[in-house]
Amino acid sequence: MTKEIICTVCPMGCHITVDGEGDTILSVTGFTCKRGEQYASTEFAHPVRILTTTIRTDNEKNPLVPVRSAKPIPKEKVMDCMKVIRTYQAKAPIQTYDVLIENICDTGVDIVATGTLD
Amino acid sequence: MYNVTCDVAIVGGGPAGLSAAVAAKKEGAKKVLIIERDESIGGILQQCLHPGFGLTYFKEELTGPEYAGRFAKEAIELGVEFLLNSMVLEVDNANNAVICVNKEYGMTQVTASSIILAMGCRERTRANIMIPGSRPAGVYTAGSAQRLVNRQNEMVGKKVVILGSGDIGMIMARRMTLEGAKVLAVIELNDFLAGLTRNKVQCLDDFGIPLYLSHTITKIDGYQRVEGIHFAKVDEKKKPIPETEQFIECDTLLLSVGLIPENELTRKAEIKMNRITNGPEVNQYMQTSAGNIFACGNVVHVNDLVDNVTTESQKAGRFAAQYAMNTLPETVKTAQSVTGSNVRYLCPQSVDISEKNETISLYFRVLQPELDVTLVAKSGGTIIAKKKRPRVNPGEMEHIEFQTKDICDENVTVEVVKEG
Repeated sequence: MTKEIICTVCPMGCHITVDGEGDTILSVTGFTCKRGEQYASTEFAHPVRILTTTIRTDNEKNPLVPVRSAKPIPKEKVMDCMKVIRTYQAKAPIQTYDVLIENICDTGVDIVATGTLD
Repeated sequence: MYNVTCDVAIVGGGPAGLSAAVAAKKEGAKKVLIIERDESIGGILQQCLHPGFGLTYFKEELTGPEYAGRFAKEAIELGVEFLLNSMVLEVDNANNAVICVNKEYGMTQVTASSIILAMGCRERTRANIMIPGSRPAGVYTAGSAQRLVNRQNEMVGKKVVILGSGDIGMIMARRMTLEGAKVLAVIELNDFLAGLTRNKVQCLDDFGIPLYLSHTITKIDGYQRVEGIHFAKVDEKKKPIPETEQFIECDTLLLSVGLIPENELTRKAEIKMNRITNGPEVNQYMQTSAGNIFACGNVVHVNDLVDNVTTESQKAGRFAAQYAMNTLPETVKTAQSVTGSNVRYLCPQSVDISEKNETISLYFRVLQPELDVTLVAKSGGTIIAKKKRPRVNPGEMEHIEFQTKDICDENVTVEVVKEG
C-alpha cells in the first residue's frame, strides 16, 4: 500500500510517500530531513495524536478544567476517549498535571489536567 | 479616586504582559503591577487547549494553559501584583498614569514610572468583512466560540461551517467535531491555506472535513437562527462566480478572518502608530514615541508564535524596568528600519544606537511566498547581516540579527533576495 503523508514536523510541509504493508515499511521517499522520515514512518504504521479537551468540574464559576493525554494516543482511539472523558466530573482542588483519568481506553496513557482549579 | 503607585504598570495579563512582568521583576523593578480586565490571568491562552506552544522557547510541546501557567506561576513567585476585573479607560502619559475602572475600587488611577502596553488583539467580525444576508443568531467569531466551548461549557451549534482557514478556525473545526458537532466545510477566499499545514492535517484531514480554497460565502440564510449559507468559487479578482454557487444547511457559522491589534488606548495617548502593523512604532527596547510607554506582543504586530511574543515582551519588561530605574542606555543616534524588496514591514521600526554595542533582531513578514532566498540587512550600502532561507511565507515571521556598531548611516534596509 502506498500512502502520501504531508509532514507536520516543521512548516515546510514536505509531501512524503511511504510504501509498505501494516508495520512493514518498504520505502520512504520525498522527505528532506531525518525527522521527516521518522514522522512519515510512524504516521504510516501507527498514527498518534495528543488529545486535548476539557472535563466538567463541580465548580459553578469554572465549569471546565482543561486536560490533555499525557502522551500521544493512537489516532483511531481519539473519539472513544472523548466518549469516556464526557462521563467524568473532576473535583476541586486540581493542580496542573494531576491525573484525572488513568489508562484511558487501555491505551496506557493518562488524562492529566493542564490547568488548575482551587 | 482610588490611587495606586508602582514602578512598572502593565496593561494586559496575557502571555505578553506576564512575560514582561517577569522580566521587569528580574531586572530589579520593585513594584510591578498587571492590570487585567478578565477575572483571571493568562489571556487568550486559557482557552487555547490545543498543543503546539513553547516549541522554540521551552523546547517542548505545551498546551495554551500550560504555557500561560508557567509564566503566571513565575510572576506570582516573583511578587508581581495584579489588579483583576479592571478595564483600562485611558493611558494618561502626561501624568504617567493609567486610569481604569475596577469592580471593587471603582475609578482607579495607577501612577507608574513606566507603562507597558500588552493588550493583544481582537478578531475581525462579520461587519469587518461585510457578508450579505439576514442577521440571525449563530454567527460567531472563532475565538468567541472557543471561549464559550472551552471555558464556559456552552456548545455553540451542531452543524457548523467555518469561513477562513486561519489557525483558530481549523482548531475550532477539530474542537467542535470532538464535542459532537458536524463541521461541514471550511471555506477560504485565497487559493492557499491561511494557517499552518500541520493544522490542516491534524484538524481537517483527520476528521474528513472538506476545505474549499478560492471560495467565499455569498449569503447567510435564517431568521432567528442561521439556517444555511450560500457559497461560491471566486475568480482571480476574488469575485464570486454566480454559476458555481452552492448551499449548505447549517445552524452555525464561525469566522476566522484575521486579527486586529487592540490599540484604542495607544491612539488616544497620541503614540506614533505604524499604518502597516496597525500597532505603535517601537525601537529595539520596545519603547514607543512616548518615552515612558513601552509595548509588546500582538498589540505591536500580530505574531504567529507565542514564543516570539515572550521573547519580545521580555525586552519590553527589561527596558521598561531600566527606564523606571533610570538606567536605560543613552541614545547617541537613531537609525530607521527600511523595508526593501519582498518585505512588508519591519519591527522594531527604529534602532537607537548608544555607546555600547548591541545585537538587534529585526522581525518581519514577507509580501510573497518564495523559495531559496537570502535575507539581507544593509547599512550605508554595506551588507551587515545575511542568512539563507529555503522557504519564506507571509504567514511565518522571519528575523535577522545584526550589531549596532555596524550601522554606518541613518538607515538599516532589509530585503529578501532570490538566489541566483
